[in-house]
Amino acid sequence: MAEPIDDIAAALPAPRLDALRATLAERAAASGLLDVAYRSLETELGSLLLASTPEGLVSVTFDGDHPDATLERLAVAVSPRVLEAPARLDDAARGLARLIDGRARRFEGRLDLSLARGFGRQVIEQLQRIPYGETRSYAQVAASIGSPRAVRAVGTACRRNPLPIAIPCHRVVRSDGQLGQYVGGVEAKRRLLGLESGAARGEREAEAMPE
Amino acid sequence: MSRAPFDAIVALHGARVWRVCRALLDEPDAEDAWSDTFLAALEAYPRLAHERSIEGWLVTIAHRKAIDVLRRRARLVVGEVPERIAPQRGRDLDLARALAQLPERQREAVVLHHLGGLPFVDVALALGSSADAARRASSDGMRRLRHLMGGSDG
Repeated sequence: MAEPIDDIAAALPAPRLDALRATLAERAAASGLLDVAYRSLETELGSLLLASTPEGLVSVTFDGDHPDATLERLAVAVSPRVLEAPARLDDAARGLARLIDGRARRFEGRLDLSLARGFGRQVIEQLQRIPYGETRSYAQVAASIGSPRAVRAVGTACRRNPLPIAIPCHRVVRSDGQLGQYVGGVEAKRRLLGLESGAARGEREAEAMPE
Repeated sequence: MSRAPFDAIVALHGARVWRVCRALLDEPDAEDAWSDTFLAALEAYPRLAHERSIEGWLVTIAHRKAIDVLRRRARLVVGEVPERIAPQRGRDLDLARALAQLPERQREAVVLHHLGGLPFVDVALALGSSADAARRASSDGMRRLRHLMGGSDG
């Protein structure tokens, strides 16, 4: 591969690549060619990577500061037409930020569950039914989907939840009361559950108070 | 085998595609040609044959898109050329002007090889010539270009 001759290339003004890439993402979305849009989001739980398809938010991972591996996985699992397009994910980012700082109790916005298939899909659909501020054990979740012996598989499905925080896999804990694993680390799970139980308790106390 | 995320392709080759577009076009047109190039590439990307060199493919598209813009401009009746911010004077204008004065073959060979970084086999493929002919056109073009730009280099 020939290197461009320096004096020729140096005569050209440098491109405004960030602006060009933003325009490209907009044009791609308008042409229906943006299959996977992504952005990072800095939160108290760490740096998140959010990705969406035209159907909705499709992936949340805890690697916003080193996204390459996840982007490669999405290129294979969804489509290689992947572009950074923060504006397309503004609503999703706001929705997650509100959950993380306790201003919202459920994710408002469309979700694309296509990355969860088969048994995993069954599990995360069940997770969406666990109320805010409550927890279930892995065994309870297994029983609730009619597979009481699949406790370990439920654990795996929770770990593989493509949409943590938005779909509350953090509300599933061990039967012995320990927190169990979490895709974003145990500390993140503790914070989310602490936030939720505090908010839920606060509300019950407020309801109990005489007017 | 799987495809890399397209975003990584843009990050890796964005500057190369820019050089090809900007060498042939002014700034606003080059920006249009740059996104035309990557939009066309994005569309075709999932079907791209794996053995193809990505940079050769992109540079060829960029060259074609830049030529499309040039042709659109040439069709505009003189006097109806849209108003533009006065172009900044500088070496980039000298380069664009000098490139415009090269015979088409030489210009294409210089742009594809020296600015696009394509090896002569790929330049030949894009131009429909032999590799030797591409190499000759490029070196003749460079000689002419240096001569044309030599006076204003200061």
